[in-house]
Amino acid sequence: MRQILTVANKEFHDGLRNRWLISITLIFALLSIGLTYFGAAASGAVGVASLSTTVASLASLAVFLIPLIALLLSYDSFVGEQESGTLLLLLTYPISKSQLLLGKFIGQGSIIALATILGFGSSAVLLYFQLGDIEVLISFSVFIFSAILLGLSFTAISYLISLSVSEKSKAAGFALITWFLFALAFDLALLALLVGVEDGISQNGLTQLMMLNPADIFRLVNLSGLDSSDVNGALAVAINASLSQGQLFTALIAWVALPLTLAIFIFKRKKL
Amino acid sequence: MNTPLVSLIDAGKSYQDLDALKSVTMHLNQGEVMGLFGHNGAGKTTMMKLILGVISPSRGKVEVMGMAPDSKEAWHSRSKIGYLPENVSFYEQLTGLEVLSYFAKLKGFTNGRAKKQAIDLLEQVGITHAMKRPVKTYSKGMRQRLGLAQAFIGEPKLLLLDEPTVGLDPMATRDFYQTVDQLKSNGSSVILCSHVLPGVEQHIDRAMILSTGQLLAMGTLAELRQQAALPVAIKPSGLNGSVANDNRLNGFLTSNCPETLLVPEQEKLSVLRQLLSHEGLDDLQVEAANLEQVYQHFLSLHEKKNEKGAQG
Repeated sequence: MRQILTVANKEFHDGLRNRWLISITLIFALLSIGLTYFGAAASGAVGVASLSTTVASLASLAVFLIPLIALLLSYDSFVGEQESGTLLLLLTYPISKSQLLLGKFIGQGSIIALATILGFGSSAVLLYFQLGDIEVLISFSVFIFSAILLGLSFTAISYLISLSVSEKSKAAGFALITWFLFALAFDLALLALLVGVEDGISQNGLTQLMMLNPADIFRLVNLSGLDSSDVNGALAVAINASLSQGQLFTALIAWVALPLTLAIFIFKRKKL
Repeated sequence: MNTPLVSLIDAGKSYQDLDALKSVTMHLNQGEVMGLFGHNGAGKTTMMKLILGVISPSRGKVEVMGMAPDSKEAWHSRSKIGYLPENVSFYEQLTGLEVLSYFAKLKGFTNGRAKKQAIDLLEQVGITHAMKRPVKTYSKGMRQRLGLAQAFIGEPKLLLLDEPTVGLDPMATRDFYQTVDQLKSNGSSVILCSHVLPGVEQHIDRAMILSTGQLLAMGTLAELRQQAALPVAIKPSGLNGSVANDNRLNGFLTSNCPETLLVPEQEKLSVLRQLLSHEGLDDLQVEAANLEQVYQHFLSLHEKKNEKGAQG
């Protein structure tokens, strides 16, 4: 355990030193405060928009940003150390491969989690003072918690990438593709399936397909509680057949645990 | 205490179609310094990785401190092993002190003691002045010193050093060998892995020569010299060609070095006596074959054998 914490501590401080924490926090804070105050601008008004509109627009932006940030933060975790030779050196130390991996995960995961809490939390507090509604804090808690899980999930996925390739540049390429597939292509494909193939897929089937993408689970978690008038596209269909929040969170947690377990497995078999 | 610290018994490692290391048997005793020599790709690094337990042998047995190094039991004995990899660039954005403290903590030091250990080691390798600077500002030699300091963490019982003197200036090289001698006298065993380097002879007890994964020779320098049967070079001066007229001596002269006698080890003394009987002799240099010549000898012998094998 001490070894895990030593590695986690180092990774966390790397995140501070590289200004990752401050940049992500700022991005999230600006984004969420901006959306909170100017989200209604499209409908011609400036001022605090309704809670469901705010959370809906935050979720649809976060679903692109968070995976991208997580992948950027962690894609070179292992391949970078392999290239510089420190990975081989670390493995001659009294630390196991799973300790090293978990240490990195806790360190980098804390950066993402802390940035999410500070960044989005700031606008939650602002909105709470404006509206004075306890509902705000509940919605935002769900949003922030699911956003953290989304970030952790993509951190674990980027470890899979980082452990499977032998060059940093390749890892960067794969990270980009992964982001594109999960954040954009998957939804387009679902939509095509829904529109293009008549009776091709039931509501239930669609929801189940969405479980294959952590980004979509994140969307479902945050949008299912809202007025469906703020939501459109494939999601609206899925929401009608929605699973309970508990089930969705379980699925999201599985999307953290499974890639992480697989990453440990790959690391153990990796030749150095 | 008589059990060797490291032993390889018919140990070898193969990757798909490549024998990185053919069967090698060797023992390293406590307090012994072993030189491991060979070209790139000779299997030096593979052998080190086997001893470190980073990879498992494809055949044979490896034991370090009485345990298989890749097993779970060997876990905590790892903090008693120091390793300097051949190519390592430490975390560039961290300072030297931070890098070393991190590694010390991973070797089991508590926070405060890790820092103290790091400062002591940085002083020992002589980069105290740069310890608060990020590693990216370090020169090649300073990085190498940092790597050495890393290997020395926790007074290791076993040290494996891959190309330890690359990039070090002569002063730093001397300091390095002093440290090796000191570790040896404290009972640590050292494996120095390198191309043959001038000056390494005095500091090693035994040498191993590897080529293409095969052990060509192993032993003390004297034993290797004997095996190689390389002649001793004797350079007399002041004789003005009388050697060429001496029937007992002119047989040792060769056409490409007319001033030097190349004498087999066992005839060295009789030749020297004969030379001393010449009146004009005013100086005499006797040079036994050095490590580099021994190394070249075994390598060319191996190559010849391979060529024959390929033809047959």
